[in-house]
Amino acid sequence: MTNAHHSPALATPVRRPVNLSRRGVLGGALGAFVLGVTLPGGPLRAQGAAATITPGTRVRAFLDIRPDGTVRFRSPFIEGGQGIFTAMAQIVGEELDSDPARFEVEGAPPGPDYLLIGGMRFTGGSMSVRMSYETMRRLGASARVMLLQAAAARLSVPVATLTTEPGRVVHAASGRTLAYGDLAAAAAALPVPRDPPLKAPADFRWIGKPVPRIDVRDKATGRARYAIDLTVDGMLHAAVQHAPRLGMEPGPMANEAEVRRMPGVHSVHTLPGAVAVVASSWWRARRAVETLSVSWTQAKPGTAHAMPADFSSDGHRARLMAASGDGVAYESDGDVAAGLRGAARVVEATYDAPHLAHGQLEPPSALARWNADGTLELWCPNQAPEMFQTAAASVAGIAPDKVILHSPMLGGFFGRHFLYQTANPFPQAIRLSKAVGRPVKVIWSREEEFLRDALRPMGVARFRAGLDAHGLPVALSAVAVGEGATGRWFGRPPNGVDSSAVEGIAGKPYAIPHRRVGQIHIDDPAIIGFWRSVGHSMNDFFYETFFDEMADAGGQDPYELRHRLLANSPRHRNLLEAVADLAGGWRRGPYTHADGSRRARGVAMASPFGSEVATMAELSLRGRTLRVHHLWVAVDPGSVVNPAIVEAQIRSAAALGLSATLVEGVVYSGGVPQARNFDAYPVLPPDRMARVHVRIVESGAKMGGIGEPGLPGVPPAVANALASLTGQHVRSLPLSRAGFV
Amino acid sequence: MDLTINGVTQRVEVEPDTPLLWVLRDTLGMTGTKYGCGAAQCGACTVLVDGQAVRSCVTPVESVASAAIHTIEAVETDPVGRKVVAAWVEQQVPQCGYCQSGQVLTATALLKQTPNPTDGDIAAAMVNLCRCGTYEAIATAVRKAAGA
Ligand code: FES
Ligand code: FES
Repeated sequence: MTNAHHSPALATPVRRPVNLSRRGVLGGALGAFVLGVTLPGGPLRAQGAAATITPGTRVRAFLDIRPDGTVRFRSPFIEGGQGIFTAMAQIVGEELDSDPARFEVEGAPPGPDYLLIGGMRFTGGSMSVRMSYETMRRLGASARVMLLQAAAARLSVPVATLTTEPGRVVHAASGRTLAYGDLAAAAAALPVPRDPPLKAPADFRWIGKPVPRIDVRDKATGRARYAIDLTVDGMLHAAVQHAPRLGMEPGPMANEAEVRRMPGVHSVHTLPGAVAVVASSWWRARRAVETLSVSWTQAKPGTAHAMPADFSSDGHRARLMAASGDGVAYESDGDVAAGLRGAARVVEATYDAPHLAHGQLEPPSALARWNADGTLELWCPNQAPEMFQTAAASVAGIAPDKVILHSPMLGGFFGRHFLYQTANPFPQAIRLSKAVGRPVKVIWSREEEFLRDALRPMGVARFRAGLDAHGLPVALSAVAVGEGATGRWFGRPPNGVDSSAVEGIAGKPYAIPHRRVGQIHIDDPAIIGFWRSVGHSMNDFFYETFFDEMADAGGQDPYELRHRLLANSPRHRNLLEAVADLAGGWRRGPYTHADGSRRARGVAMASPFGSEVATMAELSLRGRTLRVHHLWVAVDPGSVVNPAIVEAQIRSAAALGLSATLVEGVVYSGGVPQARNFDAYPVLPPDRMARVHVRIVESGAKMGGIGEPGLPGVPPAVANALASLTGQHVRSLPLSRAGFV
Repeated sequence: MDLTINGVTQRVEVEPDTPLLWVLRDTLGMTGTKYGCGAAQCGACTVLVDGQAVRSCVTPVESVASAAIHTIEAVETDPVGRKVVAAWVEQQVPQCGYCQSGQVLTATALLKQTPNPTDGDIAAAMVNLCRCGTYEAIATAVRKAAGA
């Protein structure tokens, strides 16, 4: 997700706590609210009492303090490796005055209390902390005030005479202390205060500190439980075989009777676009379903997103490349046509990037159970509980309040677990569970996952730059061709441009007098989705690599040219200098390193998700063997909650960026993806990882995102370094396709 | 057939060519061992078989019927495993965590065989995929565990 065209709807108003603590709408009753998501950009409408709930204010919807003082916290955001559970514990714990290490955090159920992203909820767009920071601080502070008030009543002293230290209320005058765990029940009965005092940042004990992550030990000992690990009593296992091309439907199964007799098989089913076997173990189900010989019928004409039998990556790329014209203007400054006409020299180049798979290591799964009371219980990986609840209700044919949705920890996501219709297994689990009258867990094999993942779109960008007599750019025209993920799933502005198709080409800070960014929309025949850093994942590669072509054409050093064009953008210029400093200075090369290798460096800037990033790469080449030795990343997210988590996220994003740069690309031919596992779709292995060096610059600007911003600078920094070494600009990713291995 | 897992022998009724991974996960309910690819590509399913790191997704259960199998559930009962886990916590290695059962056991197997590995030994042994890119932290943690 991105700051898309509906970004105004995503602005977080400052929320004041309201007293709803006595309405008795917690626990099971929460499910009584009927939620309807109106998209794009519309507010989520909650009916009944829910309409009066201000998200992020009702302390009891979030917090239980147990008698032993541990804090159970229901997080509005889902943990998938980005450290959000720890960040929430830090933010709330800071104001509550409770050690984050004493928090047990879980994903919150669907409900109006948790709609903290402008009236909606999802975990994405690098938004979680920045959108909820003030609200979560206030929540923790409210809870602390309630504890203080309960203690004042218990001790019969004025509340003003009390203070707190982690986990307890202190009456300094008498030396008496009361543990939070002993006060929690009394405190919970009190009204939520209106304006709890917040700590001064100078007094922060945990915010801004590298607090250890609360889930690391469980993850190092196999105790962390993901959706794929869950079981319930009486559960059966299911495996599926999808139609080779989306839109085809299962016809007769020649060997169905034989498959029914395979060990452990309970039953064989047809589903929309798939067949399934339900069995006593997943392995038996899988073996049986893959033995089924299914004749698939062709997609009916008009089937939405039916995959054409002749679809190929090469064909689609050629189609995007062939699109002519300047497209719909998204961003414009000066007069680019006049600027190009008046230029001493014009540089042109066209770039492209392939579809990408998420490749999160946990394959998708879903566990469904129909309960005796008519409710449907669902456990499935998801980044947007309310949207999944609504969608599950419609598959099940019941009201949303009858769907009890659990949102387990995610074994990686990178955008994989949004609602993508054909890319989520939960509808299959719901139907199979209904059909067999028992709980069913569906797991997609890795092969099925590669067949049905929602891919990062393919994209092409055409650039024309006009240089003056000194080789300095005076005009830049960019046209992005393709389709953006935000537009696909949340609607495109009529006659407008989906910002996720141009972000990273648009919004660049360089002072070039005549600029225009246009977009030509061409439907992507694949199911596309959000992939870590969304449009930035390719658009910054396009722009920043073309920048170096432009610099070379004008005889300019690429670092110096950036520095010069950022003269009026002190935040960016600082960051560029910071990354050079981190790298021990800018030197483009090629130069000979102490180990004898010929090395060069490349640099790139990016402005993703409210943060600013400058990236530098150093690499060497031996023959066609490319080695990225170092990545230096300077990131300015304004301010940070946990520098250790920020650094880990930058490293993680850099690794994924490097993977996309070097080796990744989905290839379709004849309407089917050629790779169905990691053997044919390589992802970055350990021996191709670079050393990543991170510098966090806290400029004090508005807080930006962290999960994605480390990625976009990596592909162009590496490609630019490669061009420094070879003199050739590679205009297409991954570099392995240009023969660099 | 009988399997000896984490020192306990138990009887399982499965087809002999069932991958060990699914016997662990579905038959025995030991879900610490993860399914990532099913094709010996990622290492998420790594367990120890007679002390060797083995990819259980492609290991027919009949082939390990007389072996000592150790899984992540028992990693801290082994002194080397305990050191590895401690280093993993100290270095804050995991992100999503999904690959980490396999990473921890692979590191444990390495250090049991090569208590003082060179960087080359570490690179040669620690080949499991991590989509979250925790590779640098993994290598650092292995070095720390070796030194501990
Ligand atoms: S699941 Fe066994 S190697 Fe990937
Ligand atoms: S920590 Fe997520 S795959 Fe390794």
